[in-house]
Amino acid sequence: ARSSQRLRALALYKELHRLGREFEPSYDFHGKLRRLFEKNRHLTDEGEIEKAIQFGEYIKHETLALYSLRKYRHLRRMYP
Amino acid sequence: MRPSAVRLLNILVPVKRAVDFAVKIRVNPEQTGIDLNVKHSMNPFDEIAVEEAVRLRERLKDAVKSIKVVTIGPPKAVETLRTALAMGADSAIHVEIPEGAPSPEPLAVAKTLREVVARQKEGVDLVIMGKQAIDDDAGQTGQMLAGLMDWAQATFASKVDVDASAKVANVTREIDGGLEQLRCQLPVVITTDLRLNEPRYASLPNIMKAKKKPVEKFTSTDLGVDLAPRLQTLKITEPPKRIGGGKVANVDELLAKLKEAGITSKRA
Repeated sequence: ARSSQRLRALALYKELHRLGREFEPSYDFHGKLRRLFEKNRHLTDEGEIEKAIQFGEYIKHETLALYSLRKYRHLRRMYP
Repeated sequence: MRPSAVRLLNILVPVKRAVDFAVKIRVNPEQTGIDLNVKHSMNPFDEIAVEEAVRLRERLKDAVKSIKVVTIGPPKAVETLRTALAMGADSAIHVEIPEGAPSPEPLAVAKTLREVVARQKEGVDLVIMGKQAIDDDAGQTGQMLAGLMDWAQATFASKVDVDASAKVANVTREIDGGLEQLRCQLPVVITTDLRLNEPRYASLPNIMKAKKKPVEKFTSTDLGVDLAPRLQTLKITEPPKRIGGGKVANVDELLAKLKEAGITSKRA
């Protein structure tokens, strides 16, 4: 179970890193991402790790929502 | 009772690698074009088209046999195809043009697509594409393609329903007065409008899987199409800078300013 969580956490990090490429540069998405992951590196309890992964998934969905909203708003303004 | 033979649909989705929507467009110093050394991505309307093809498969299940994406562009356009494959397409076709060559015009694109369709051994029943590209805003390719191939066309679609067994597509179009319902016999060319659907995000695992999907390569000489531009761009300039408005203190000042601007009431 630990190793599967490890794989999920790594996949989550890679996915969030790729998403952060288009974010506002002044926000330092990659820096914040790395710091948040490093803060939790010592966790051993499965429940806590699961909660941290869920939080990461939540951030992923929020970022995706922001991107799609930005695109939709732009398109609606340019092509009413 | 024997089930009737389900007609399997082959869907073709042409996509374009266009300048990304978030990029600020700059006119180049010679005033003949825009700065193309910027981020490119799939035309948003084409993303909507790919999404619609994938959703059609989710709705009709086995009735959709294959979803192919095609693009005409420089070698870098393969990334656009990979994105479409990651969203759910099965295979891709890349009509390659040389690196610095000018972007083909709508008529050339339509002729190329007609050749691609003609070369599909299993035929194509449905062509879904974006209504216009956000970098040149021509909005002509879909209509030209339907005219060249003598197919039905339903443009600016905001809702698509396909009945595979009856070989009919019911499309709701967005027109100036509101919405228009069309019933088209397959084969049909559909161009997508903004409100058709919300494209899905191509997750990293899907992008990895997409690397294994097949990409066929053609050149314009293979297809026998001349992609040379017929139109010559004389000049491109930026729109005039917006000057701010001013505030007036009272009605008299407003009247004085209107008179200055030459707007007075005239007795006919």
